[in-house]
Amino acid sequence: MDNAAIVGVAQTKYERRKKDHIFADLVFDVTRAALEDAGLTIDDIDSVVTVSNDFFDGRTISGMAVGDASGGQDKNISTVSGDGTFGAFYGLMRVLSGYKATIVVAHYKGSEGSLPITTNGMFDPIFHRHLGIDAISSAAIQANAYLTRYGIREEDIAQVSVKNHGNAKHNPFAQLPMEITVADVMKSRKIAEPLKLLDCCPISDGAAAIIIAGEEVAAKCKTKPAWVKGVAHCCEEYFLGDRDLANPVALRDAARRAYAMAGIRSPMDEIDIAEVLEPFSYMEPLWLEGLEFCKPGEGGNLIGKGITTMGGKLPVNPSGGALSANPVLVAGLARLIEASLQVRGDAGARQVKDAGTALAHGFNGPCGQSHCVWIVSGNR
Amino acid sequence: MAEWLKEVEPLTLKGQIAVPYTWWVGDRGSRFLVSIRDNRKIIGTKCRECGRVFVPPRKNCGRCFIDIEEWVDVASEGVIEAYTIVHYAHPVQPVEPPFAYALIKLDGTDVGFLHLMKKDLDKIKNGLRVKAIFREERTGHILDIDSFELI
Repeated sequence: MDNAAIVGVAQTKYERRKKDHIFADLVFDVTRAALEDAGLTIDDIDSVVTVSNDFFDGRTISGMAVGDASGGQDKNISTVSGDGTFGAFYGLMRVLSGYKATIVVAHYKGSEGSLPITTNGMFDPIFHRHLGIDAISSAAIQANAYLTRYGIREEDIAQVSVKNHGNAKHNPFAQLPMEITVADVMKSRKIAEPLKLLDCCPISDGAAAIIIAGEEVAAKCKTKPAWVKGVAHCCEEYFLGDRDLANPVALRDAARRAYAMAGIRSPMDEIDIAEVLEPFSYMEPLWLEGLEFCKPGEGGNLIGKGITTMGGKLPVNPSGGALSANPVLVAGLARLIEASLQVRGDAGARQVKDAGTALAHGFNGPCGQSHCVWIVSGNR
Repeated sequence: MAEWLKEVEPLTLKGQIAVPYTWWVGDRGSRFLVSIRDNRKIIGTKCRECGRVFVPPRKNCGRCFIDIEEWVDVASEGVIEAYTIVHYAHPVQPVEPPFAYALIKLDGTDVGFLHLMKKDLDKIKNGLRVKAIFREERTGHILDIDSFELI
């Protein structure tokens, strides 16, 4: 693969209700801020990818409504309706196919629609939608399958929420920095067993943008580039019942291909920090198993051993993760932004020491049907 | 807080998108739902390559990437593979919480069948046997199976 890098990043602060910003305001703010971060102007950009979902936004061709704000006027612009890591993948493909620099910008306002109704819409309209299943209740089925398979306790996954809300205190963009205990998680309101309120992400508003460029543009940017060393995505079956929900095979496949591209043989030894998309607490250990940081069933032990905490061998979600802010679609791009900031050394109070290589992960579809894995490095 | 919020009231506009759709249910889905409606009988399809029996029946196998031709009768009983008890409400749910979703491996099948459970919520466990409860009035709809109950 030719060299390509993430040369500029920007995020809004994530909040429950952004009443002072419409979609285009959010997109314009982060697009300009990402250009400023890179030291580029809109004239340096020849390709734009927006990330949005028509059902979430309540308008068809939702990308077109932010065409101007994303800098897409008079340019090659199209939309990815899926997680931001997949939008970034498309942006990278454009750069590798000859465009000089691509803006990838994602937006979402959970405050304006109905998450249960819109996520119910991702299920089969004939066999599943009428049952009322949605993102939360399907995740709860996966949590049940995973916890019972390996005898993982609810207290074990509660620790993820404690860690990530605690990490969020060092991230100025996070929505829910909180000092909480396992007992607080355990006694929070039951949502869909075994998930309780504090096992679940909040509803969030926000936007994020990155600029991906080839070597020519990267050389003139003012920011240290986060070089793309490996990236892959993979998808598994659509119907929940066709899948082994406790075994994320698509993630394992994507991870292996991304590692192979990056020349990584032992992820736990060669990756310094990981940002994974975990809108529900159980997802972090399950995805860490899929990413082969540990064996199947051992993900629940990593946090107890201090491996995934700040200062551990592999800090996971120093930003606070999606548990601390989950603007859907934007949240995966935020993971990639956080990984990039880490390898640049620009992650502020949440910086992991000597973060040379970072992993970012996002997913699409119920219970992680499709996963995208990125490896970025400060070294070309 | 943004400066302009101090100067003018931020307005909201209420909207509702209600678009009627009429989905053709297809060959496999129509035979499946008609069988439940007319005979209270659950049927599936079997892939000749990997041997997996699917319910609801599928027309092709994603793994083997071939047509699935063979129909098989499936039991209306099976085993709970995974479940959740739901404690929150939204307008698309067909019942008031608390209720459960379960993935049920019906006897003679190889995949989990997603459906509802409404009774004995405190007794539900993975591995327990359940049976389908059919509605008296059936219309060719997935909710012609009212729910599953513990045996």
